[in-house]
Amino acid sequence: MPRLKPEDLEKIRERMRGTVTLREGKAKAKIIVHMGTCGISAGARKIMSTLLSLTEEKKTEDIIVTTSGCAGFCSKEPMATVELKGEAPVKYVNLTEEKITKIFNEHILGGKIVKDFALAIGSEQLG
Amino acid sequence: MEDISLHILDIVENSIRAGARRVEIKVFEEKGKDLLTLRIKDDGKGMSKETQKKALDSFFTTKKGKRIGLGLPLLYQSTKEAGGDFMINSKEGEGTKIVATFKLSNIDRKPLGNINETIRVLRASHPKVEFLFEHNLVGVRHTNPKGLGRIKPVSSGVINVAPTFFERRVK
Repeated sequence: MPRLKPEDLEKIRERMRGTVTLREGKAKAKIIVHMGTCGISAGARKIMSTLLSLTEEKKTEDIIVTTSGCAGFCSKEPMATVELKGEAPVKYVNLTEEKITKIFNEHILGGKIVKDFALAIGSEQLG
Repeated sequence: MEDISLHILDIVENSIRAGARRVEIKVFEEKGKDLLTLRIKDDGKGMSKETQKKALDSFFTTKKGKRIGLGLPLLYQSTKEAGGDFMINSKEGEGTKIVATFKLSNIDRKPLGNINETIRVLRASHPKVEFLFEHNLVGVRHTNPKGLGRIKPVSSGVINVAPTFFERRVK
C-alpha cells in the first residue's frame, strides 16, 4: 500500500465532508444518484438533471444532490438513495423523470416515503 | 451507451472517484481528417502499469466487492465500431489521460449527444472539482439557422461552438 502524503489526507477530508454534512445540521436531505456505468446507460443523467431543475425551481439550498457508483443492483437502475436528516436512507429503483419528481415532492419535501418505488431502507455494504 | 456524452460522464465519474480535482474534457471534430477526437485528462491517483494492462478487460475492476468494470471497455468498443482508436496514458500519483478517436463519417459512430447536460450534471454534483470543457470544430460546415445559406467553413484554427462551457479557469 502506498504511503499517505499530506495532500492525500486533504483529499480524504474533502471526500468525507459530504458524508458528515447531514450530521452537522447543514442540510436537511441528501439525494444520491447512482452513476455507475450501468446507471448512466439506464438514464441516471436524466434523473440527475431533473433533480437539479427541481432544486433550482423550488430554491432549496438545504438539499445536497450528489452521485455515487454502482450500488450492485444494475438491473434496477436508474437508482437513487434519499437520506433525510436523522432517518435511515431509502433506495428507490427503476426511476423515471415522473417518479423522481414525485419522490422529490413527497419524500424530500414532504417527509413521506414513496413506498411504490422504494426497494429497501438502508445502505448496501461492501464485503 | 447511447451517445458519446454519456461515455464522457461515465469516464469523468471514474476520474472523480480516483480523487481528481481538475478534469479536462476536449472534443475535436476535424472534417478534413474525418476524425472526432475525445481527450479526457485528470489529476487523480492514476493507474499502475499492471492496472493499465487490464483496464480494457470487462472482468477487471479496482472497486472492492465488484467483479465487472465496463466503463473503459465500452468506450473502447465504441471507438473500434466507428473505425477509431483508443489510448490510455496514466502514471501513478499524477493522473490519467484518455484519448478516443472515431471516424467522423462512420455510420456506426455514436452521436455526440447532449454534452451540455453532461457538464451541467458534473458541475452540480461535484462543485469542488474544476472542469475544463472545450468543443472544437475545424473545417466543419454549419447551416445558418436563419436559412441564409451556409456559414463559411473555417479553413484553419478553431471555432468555439459552446461559449457557455468554453471556459479556462487556471489557478
